Amino acid sequence: MSSPSDDHDTGLPVFRTWRAVYGLVLGCFVLVVIVLTLFSHYFA
Amino acid sequence: MNLVDWIVLLGTMVGIASYGAWRTRHTTKLDTYLKGNAESGWFTIGLSVAATQASAITFLSIPGQGFESGLGFVQNYFGLPLALIIVCAVFLPIYRRLGVYTAYEYLGQRFDGKTRLLGAGLFLLQRGLAAGVTIYAPAIILSSVLGWRLDLTIIGTGLLVIVYTVTGGSAAVSLTQKWQMGVIFAGMITAFVIVLQRLPDGLGFGGAAHLAGALGKLEAVDFSLDPDRRYTIWSGLFGGLFLSLSYFGTDQSQVQRYIGGASLREGRLGLMFNALLKIPMQFFILLLGAFVFIFYQFQPAPVFFNQAEWEHHAAGPNHAIFRGLEVKHAALHRAKQEKIAAWQAARAQGNVAAEAEARVALVAAQRATDEVRVEAKAALTAADPRAKTKDSDYVFISFIVAQLPHGVVGLLVAVMIAAALGSKASELNALGTTTTIDLWRQLRPQSARDETRNVVVAKLFTAFWGLFAIGFALFAGFAENLIEAINILGSIFYGVVLGLFLTAFFLKRVGGTAVFWGAVLAQTLVFVLYAKLSISYLWYNLIGCAACMVLGLLIQAVLPRKSAT
Repeated sequence: MSSPSDDHDTGLPVFRTWRAVYGLVLGCFVLVVIVLTLFSHYFA
Repeated sequence: MNLVDWIVLLGTMVGIASYGAWRTRHTTKLDTYLKGNAESGWFTIGLSVAATQASAITFLSIPGQGFESGLGFVQNYFGLPLALIIVCAVFLPIYRRLGVYTAYEYLGQRFDGKTRLLGAGLFLLQRGLAAGVTIYAPAIILSSVLGWRLDLTIIGTGLLVIVYTVTGGSAAVSLTQKWQMGVIFAGMITAFVIVLQRLPDGLGFGGAAHLAGALGKLEAVDFSLDPDRRYTIWSGLFGGLFLSLSYFGTDQSQVQRYIGGASLREGRLGLMFNALLKIPMQFFILLLGAFVFIFYQFQPAPVFFNQAEWEHHAAGPNHAIFRGLEVKHAALHRAKQEKIAAWQAARAQGNVAAEAEARVALVAAQRATDEVRVEAKAALTAADPRAKTKDSDYVFISFIVAQLPHGVVGLLVAVMIAAALGSKASELNALGTTTTIDLWRQLRPQSARDETRNVVVAKLFTAFWGLFAIGFALFAGFAENLIEAINILGSIFYGVVLGLFLTAFFLKRVGGTAVFWGAVLAQTLVFVLYAKLSISYLWYNLIGCAACMVLGLLIQAVLPRKSAT
């Protein structure tokens, strides 16, 4: 089993807290929805 | 399929299953058997979570959805990233801190034995029923198109998954899923590249996408507020959020994939990997289906893609009607090709007015061929009311068999079988674990202290559920639209189970008795609404969850203080 401090550290460069990782995932999701909407409009 | 295809298919499938069983054959510790290898990193966990969700139906039905209805189905997954963030932040730390084997153990610790049993019972009921569907669904399609015997296909795939799942438990499931996902990614990318290569010269990705767009196949996001529309951004965000939250947070087949592993961090990263992967992956599979649709605009296309079903009825007394429909469809298909050429010419000239006019004619031509397909389905029903009239699940596999080179056919059939084995293995593993931990250990607390006996019992229950699934698949008839049948079944039960967990996490004053009866009433309400309403099934996740929480609170308020906990 890992220590609690290991679990708090994400181990990722730049995104060092879990809040930052969740923010990254949400940002990517919003970006994907925007890209899909633009994709639909462009090829419609 | 020729010898090369069989070598690719059997080499990958039997090879991966044998490797998994061999590597994990000495699993005697209960922790490893039920939770998997404690050294698993985020990549293994992430692929295992993805493989559990991606069943064979994902790769058979979803390209068919793209072919028939376009990209709109991708919105179903819009709630998934948000749900996985909540699972990472709330569910996973609690499961790991308590060291539970199943999600329902937590309900027992937070509430009482009967609520734990209710949660585990709803899971076993829903998953147990789905177990038959998930083994039957790919088997009926593969056997029909490839000419395999249905019973042998069900028994063959069923026994293969039973062997390695029973042998190595959760460790074998994760290990094999990693390799199965490798086969799946390789196969789907190969298929996409070949579809692009087989399009007419000069069309390319952009030309195919513009044509698909002109025919209404690339509308990925629908902002409509009409509740009768099956897939909109709103039903995907809200209904999809609750469906995903229930599935990833409370369904043991998923919980078991991430509660083990090296650390909480690895589990979280594995889930975040899925949050980023899933929507692009589903988009890619739907786009593949839309491009198969474009491919068939330039090639002769059958009027009905389930050719075995069509030919069976076409050989009957209505022979002339069926052949007439084929001729009519072929003529309209050729006429449509002329409209496509006219639309492409207008586009190439940059003549906006002519392009718009040509597009109207093209859409009308498409509608005419669609109407013949509707007539074909009506002819099938007239010939036999029990005939299978939905052919979209057969589009992609028919394309594979008819259009792809040997070797690639074997690889793509291996994709279907790999996906079937991966999701089935997680399902059996979870059913065996829940039966052992939440039922058997409660009934036999003395025996439960013997670790070796626990492992043996877990193996026996896993084998039992595998054989049950095979038997159910062999002897039951199933709904035609299989992926929807599984999703509808899940949505009917998942909401209430999620309500139990959200009450446990966030409504601290609600006790076991209140939440138990709240859940029973909420489940009854969902059954009644499902029978009466025709709303998108995704909404039942939200309704079941909200009803369980609100009813739990109300019952808690009226319960005498003594029995309130």
